[in-house]
Amino acid sequence: MDIIEFARSPWGQNVPIHISFFLLWVSAIGGLVFLVGHALYVHFWAKPEQFQATAPELAAKVPQKIARHSLASRLFHWIMAAAMFALLITAFLPKVGVQFAWVTYHWIAGVVLTISIVYHVIHTTFWLDPWSIWPDKTDIEDSRRRIQRAMGESVPPPRKFAKYPMENKLYHAIIVLAGLSVTLTGFFMMFRIRTPLFTRNPYLFGDMTWGLMYVLHGLAGVGLIALVMAHVYFAIRPEKFDITKAMVFGSMSREHYLEHHDPERWAATESK
Amino acid sequence: MAVIHDVMPAFELFQPASTDDALALLAKYGSEAWVLAGGLDSFDWLKDRIKRPKVVVDLSQIGGLSGIREMNGGLEIGAMTTLTEVVRNPLVKERYSLLLQGAEIAASPQIRNQGTIGGNISQDTRCWYYRSGWKCYRAGGNICFADTPTAINREHAILGADRCVAVNPSDTAPALIALDAQMVVRNSRGERVVSAEDYFVGPATDIMRMTVLKPGDLLTAIRIPATWAGAQFYFEKIRDRAVWDFPLLNVASAMVVNGGNIERIRIAVNGAAARPLRLQAVEDAVRGKPANAATGEMAGKLAIQGAVALRFNMYKIPLMRNLVKRAIGGVEEATWTS
Repeated sequence: MDIIEFARSPWGQNVPIHISFFLLWVSAIGGLVFLVGHALYVHFWAKPEQFQATAPELAAKVPQKIARHSLASRLFHWIMAAAMFALLITAFLPKVGVQFAWVTYHWIAGVVLTISIVYHVIHTTFWLDPWSIWPDKTDIEDSRRRIQRAMGESVPPPRKFAKYPMENKLYHAIIVLAGLSVTLTGFFMMFRIRTPLFTRNPYLFGDMTWGLMYVLHGLAGVGLIALVMAHVYFAIRPEKFDITKAMVFGSMSREHYLEHHDPERWAATESK
Repeated sequence: MAVIHDVMPAFELFQPASTDDALALLAKYGSEAWVLAGGLDSFDWLKDRIKRPKVVVDLSQIGGLSGIREMNGGLEIGAMTTLTEVVRNPLVKERYSLLLQGAEIAASPQIRNQGTIGGNISQDTRCWYYRSGWKCYRAGGNICFADTPTAINREHAILGADRCVAVNPSDTAPALIALDAQMVVRNSRGERVVSAEDYFVGPATDIMRMTVLKPGDLLTAIRIPATWAGAQFYFEKIRDRAVWDFPLLNVASAMVVNGGNIERIRIAVNGAAARPLRLQAVEDAVRGKPANAATGEMAGKLAIQGAVALRFNMYKIPLMRNLVKRAIGGVEEATWTS
């Protein structure tokens, strides 16, 4: 079974046309196996992680409710989530036999996602700290310590997290990769269909470029199935639920903050 | 691309004697099975080696799928009934001459002797890019070769195009939609009845199929209700040759006119989109209005709302407008305008 499907173009070239859609099952089942595996690991084998203690004088200054996400950030997140779900549903339901006129809904959801991403980039660049979601040297050093300690080695405990745990930062990096792949390829693919936004131009690229674009769009798209599954799974895990609530209400509790976050790496501000 | 005519790829041929046996075969082989009715569409595909099914299920030996019988005041036509049988049937002639006209104008006498009504409505599109074996959207690819700036697309769609601009070529399909027919579809799990209007699917819903038939499904009969028996019918087909040609456009309408006003109407066109289109907006607009040239004029303009011409099929827009105009106002009343 081929991962990529090829076809002969009118000029005799063998060009890729899209991925084989059994990959959506690979992604869905792979995602499910990961979730079950992680849940079993956490329940049966994982030891509680130990972090360096927070200095009492710093802890004393932490307010009861800590502001985590502004309303603008939360709106972006939920609009992006709605667009992402709409994209996945409209892309893959027809592939599993649920037939409906999906293309228009799909590109509209794609436009919403693209606008929300552009907004997010501008908002984080000029109003937030854009580097807070990317791993820094401390994250890498602490990740090494966490792995070493999980394997039973005797190393100093890692520091607590900055605003975002390392797992969150890695997830963000992967979702950026997959998200930019689908939105950029999706943007150009809109020139292959009729929309009020662009003049249709199927000759914008050659057959090979178009084919690779469809393949990349498909690979990133099926990858997002597993990524979204993992995201929802972690959002509802009990130990992560405070983070999820913060994405709804904007703030997190003092207890959760002191347990997981380092005031020296992420200064707490009181939520109003 | 070399196309080797007349030499079909090998397949296993089954000739079941009953519908149940046919359904069992279709269930067993699923998407690897090809349903053969009259063979007129099928043999093109097979001889051109574009479609290569492992199994062909020939329905010609199933007596129960042929014939025309009365049912609840209407008619039930077996899917394997030939177009000639439909044309010659006195009940069809007396009550549903619209279907007679659609069937009689399809192809040539030889083809009507062999071609079935089930095959005529379920046939694949004639888009030559698709039928030549190019991996277009409809064939599972990522482009419509007929909708490129240099494509030859004189026969293609002006309405309902969604990535693919192929059109449905059936002459009986719009007549059956106008008559509010029901399609009886069976598979190994049971039977379902689908309205003629919903039997056909466009590329927005499923770009790789023309009808609701999925692997394992079999169209067994077409039921025409008594509702439109003896109504005022209009059928017109425009084609390049006077015989033996597919429609560029056709129109079928059934009207009940009372005191000069249109009391009830159903109207459908084919050749304009990937599926035969019932013109519901036109029906709603003309109901209660006089059946004359002015109403036809208005209906014609309404019918082409949203039409988008490709490079070579601009003519289809005034053609469709005029056909709808004539279907409502009558040939004598409606003047042809370009």
